[in-house]
Amino acid sequence: MTAGAASVEQPPAGDPGDGEEGGRDSLLRRLIQGDLGELRVIVVLAVIWAIFQFQEDRFLSATNLTNLLLQITAIGLVSVGVVMVLLLGEIDLSVGAVSGLCASVMAVLSVRHGWSPYLAIAGAIAVGAAIGTFQGSVFTQFGIPSFVVTLAGLLGWQGAQLEVLGTTGTINLTDPTITGLTSTFYDGPVGWAVAIAGFAVYAAVSLAGWRRKVAAGLRVQPLGALLARLVLAGAAIVAAVAVLNQDRGVPLAALILVGFVILFQFVTTKTSFGRHIFAVGGNSEAARRAGIGVKRIRIVVFAIASSMAAIGGIMAASRLLAVNQSSGSGDFLLLAIAGPVIAGTSLFGGRGSVWTALLGALVIGSISNGMDLLALESSVKFMVTGAVLLIAVIIDALARRRRQASGRV
Amino acid sequence: MSDGAPVLTLEKVSKSFGAVQALRDVDFDVAPGEVVALVGDNGAGKSTLIKAIAGIHGIDSGRILFEGDPVRIASPTDAVGLGIATVYQDLALCDNLDVVGNLFLGQEERSGALATVTRQLDETSMERQAHELLDNLAVTITDVRAEVGTMSGGQRQQVAIARSLLGEPKVVLLDEPTAALGVRQTAQVLALVKRLREKGHGVVVISHNLANVFEVADRIVVLRLGRLVGVYDAAKTSHEEIVAAITGAGDPSTGELGPEVEQAMENARRDDAGQERS
Repeated sequence: MTAGAASVEQPPAGDPGDGEEGGRDSLLRRLIQGDLGELRVIVVLAVIWAIFQFQEDRFLSATNLTNLLLQITAIGLVSVGVVMVLLLGEIDLSVGAVSGLCASVMAVLSVRHGWSPYLAIAGAIAVGAAIGTFQGSVFTQFGIPSFVVTLAGLLGWQGAQLEVLGTTGTINLTDPTITGLTSTFYDGPVGWAVAIAGFAVYAAVSLAGWRRKVAAGLRVQPLGALLARLVLAGAAIVAAVAVLNQDRGVPLAALILVGFVILFQFVTTKTSFGRHIFAVGGNSEAARRAGIGVKRIRIVVFAIASSMAAIGGIMAASRLLAVNQSSGSGDFLLLAIAGPVIAGTSLFGGRGSVWTALLGALVIGSISNGMDLLALESSVKFMVTGAVLLIAVIIDALARRRRQASGRV
Repeated sequence: MSDGAPVLTLEKVSKSFGAVQALRDVDFDVAPGEVVALVGDNGAGKSTLIKAIAGIHGIDSGRILFEGDPVRIASPTDAVGLGIATVYQDLALCDNLDVVGNLFLGQEERSGALATVTRQLDETSMERQAHELLDNLAVTITDVRAEVGTMSGGQRQQVAIARSLLGEPKVVLLDEPTAALGVRQTAQVLALVKRLREKGHGVVVISHNLANVFEVADRIVVLRLGRLVGVYDAAKTSHEEIVAAITGAGDPSTGELGPEVEQAMENARRDDAGQERS
């Protein structure tokens, strides 16, 4: 009775290269076509850094790298929320305006109403969460494309920002807790302690997971590969802290950014909520049939995106020491979306990772920072960033087409 | 092949959409360890019947009995709760997730003391169970961590069917499980259907391909224009009889067939031959 299947030969699963050219792809081609995702971005980043360092040897100095980190914090935090929305296969065009509005709310609460800085910050984030819940609800309840809902938000929240700021238009931030978010540094032992503790947790979790899989008799990567990855990660952390300690130390802002990236990396890859985000982004009908509350997932993710926009806006205000009418406007929104896409998160939904928020912000921030060092016109800066984005989305489209081609087998 | 009482019985079930009577007094049953094929021309009511069982459409009149007890199936959740799993024609898999992710989609296992708060996935347990499930069904997928989007149509169909078995359903509904599959992949899926029967599931298969129907089915239920035409023992009937019942022309008992039946049979033979060639 089962003879029919037993004798049938099966092509090995998960071998998309099979049948296309009959052989293994070269490493270069896999890099170009996006199979190696994040490694590709790191190579791009290394090339950008090498070019700028060659032109201007202050680029890789401790001071400049610390500045670079501070420059990308706000946009990186906003991008974390954008990644979550992109994973759903949606887009949020309002994150720039929301970041400006929420920073304004914080400034008004802190400066004009004299709230404690913690309450002012919490209030701003709550406003962000409420905005995201509202936009997500309109999107899911009325079936209006998220593009349009958040485009309306982009306009509306900008208006609300002007309203909140009132006639003065600019509010200077004086509270030391708020300004300290981007001007606090942990030098010497504190930076090392945080780095070592973070790495120890990462290594312990990785090894425990590996051992659990071995114990269950599952296929695992070789221990050597795992150890090599840990050594590389450890080396990167040691190098980063060593460089930062040469300047002012490890910035609190960088810890906040990395902390949120790790938190949402965990949420998206290790939890059922994250699995459901990917499922909705991959095939929302399949997710619905599997009993997943698709509407709830969408609303929560939009709330997260707007909350992260608020947090990014607060960090931007802290760094600027002020909130004004142009906070969160201009290219802020576009760069926050471009970053993750450059680093490999798909615009088509269901593919990508939260790390791309950090990596993308680093790429965009490095281009901007390097060109400023070289005293290039902002016209050049915009065109180069645009070209990098264009190349990144072309790679995304090519990788997608290739997957579809191999999916047919 | 079937022995014992039916696990699912429909009595005089009717359903209409506005002026269109999609089902009219249809009787239907399936027993544990039995494969029942549901055949009929387009618009015969096959899909409506499956959707009534799966809880997508409520029924207007008639009774549904599950393990002998009258039940009300008003939603897909009701059907799943009873132990009725449905595999739809468009597979409802997420191409961007791996096999484990798809198998457990919507019913992920969680681990850790704070699992209800952190919702942390227990990947190890799910992966081990995925291996057990697929081995048990003799589904040969070498890498359960491969994305489903990279797999062949037959493998995807097997993943979709395996997925429906996670809740240990008593009845499995398969809507066109071999549509758009090649010969080899069709053989794999049909072998899987036979294994579902061996494991005691009641299986209902919709198919247009009579060769496939005759290969796996114990009984063949023919619908035409929303009515039950007949129930045939697959071992004792013939292609000709089933085609005549589907088209409604001629009288199968006398062996006298009308010209349109001859034409339809010719088409069916050509389809089967085409299937074997491809």
